[in-house]
Amino acid sequence: MNDARPAGATSQFEIRIEDKTYRGADGTPVPAIRDLVLEVRPQSMTVLMGPSGCGKTTLLRILAGLDSDFTGTVRVPDNARIGVMFQEPRLLPWRTVRQNIQLVAEDLSNADLEKLAASVEISDKLPRYPQELSLGLARRVALARAFAPRPDLLLLDEPFVSLDERTADRLRRLLLEVWSARPTTAILVTHNAREAILLADELVLLAPRPTHVVAVVPISVPQAKRDPAVVEEIYADLLKRHPANFATG
Amino acid sequence: MLSVAGFLLVWFIAAEIAQSRMLPGPVEVLSYVVNEALHGDLLAELGITLWRVTASFVVAMAIGSVIGLAMGESQALNRALDPWLIVLLNLPALVIIILAYVWFGLNEAAAIGAVALNKIPNVVVTVREGARALDPGLDEMARAYRLSFWSKLRNVTLPQLQPYFAAASRSGISLIWKIVLVVELLGRPNGVGFELHLNFQLFNVTAILGYTVAFVTVMLAIEYLLVQPLERRTTRWRNKPV
Repeated sequence: MNDARPAGATSQFEIRIEDKTYRGADGTPVPAIRDLVLEVRPQSMTVLMGPSGCGKTTLLRILAGLDSDFTGTVRVPDNARIGVMFQEPRLLPWRTVRQNIQLVAEDLSNADLEKLAASVEISDKLPRYPQELSLGLARRVALARAFAPRPDLLLLDEPFVSLDERTADRLRRLLLEVWSARPTTAILVTHNAREAILLADELVLLAPRPTHVVAVVPISVPQAKRDPAVVEEIYADLLKRHPANFATG
Repeated sequence: MLSVAGFLLVWFIAAEIAQSRMLPGPVEVLSYVVNEALHGDLLAELGITLWRVTASFVVAMAIGSVIGLAMGESQALNRALDPWLIVLLNLPALVIIILAYVWFGLNEAAAIGAVALNKIPNVVVTVREGARALDPGLDEMARAYRLSFWSKLRNVTLPQLQPYFAAASRSGISLIWKIVLVVELLGRPNGVGFELHLNFQLFNVTAILGYTVAFVTVMLAIEYLLVQPLERRTTRWRNKPV
């Protein structure tokens, strides 16, 4: 890799997955992804939206480098640092919040760590163990951890699922705040249409299994200006254009 | 405490009734222990045996843990080693000890190696169970964040195996010290096992009971003063209220 290249400008993330098939519990092959092509714009928030079970998580695992059993190519800059927020917080219960964050970012200074913790409002939780936290708080820790290594690629797998709507909304706002302060290429997966509309620069609509890209919808209104009324407006518009993807959302 | 006092009382009464050299009372045994500790070799013999227990324990835990972890994580390795594991599990301790002495001589290394070899399969089985129960979610987290091998081992894998190590240590220490006595009886010129053998030939039941009491006391002290506090320390994250 040529390090002289300006990162943001040319370091595209190109995803071209011809086929990803996994074996079901009974040994029958289940096609999960077929002919999925996607270019992710650097420094933007790309939201992948598709019905439950369409292979979104499978796709994210491939991007995270956790699954290499597929045909196709995923072009990610060499040595790209990756931050991941899973569906569950996946914190180490035997390490404090501070240690959990430090673990994935050894070069993070204490001052930066404390700034990051303050930005997701968990400063007073740093010496606690994850089991002392509510799910919402644990998710905030997971969010801070995902940003801690200063990732070149941020992967978020339905990070606000199974939270009550108020807590989820609070967390979405926090995500946007932290992300605007530390811009990076982010890919978020969700089946929640309003969440997708609230967060996305580019909304990628996925088909049911085996999944592929149905449409890429850019959303031009800045995230900061997307209040509930604007979200509903965009939603109504998208429902007309892509009824199959938005009818249930 | 109460159960210990009750046991001593029963022992005392039984010895009084029997009035026999074959069953000395607790007072007699205790005074033997004190006397041997102050003027005899009891402390030195205890120390030697304890050293052998420790050495065998460390060797068995280290080797057993590495093999157990590897077998839990690799199916191929598990299939290759599993038959040998079963053989070792079922091979009588005595056979291993005799063969070790025959092949490697009546020396310290053979003694400790034989004891460790008796314990390794138990450690392997326990730790392998732990390795199979590792949380795949945390494993993915460690891989996604590109944790180094050592960092993952120290922060993610070993803490999950901690209860299995605790279980293996518990059953390990008790099994090991019993086998160490056999090893000493068969081929060492010192240690508690050697003393027991000597006093058996002399039919000195007081000494046999004395050494037994002394060693059991040491093992109890290790359990309550070392193992349990250590376990409380390593599991302190578990005891916090939500």
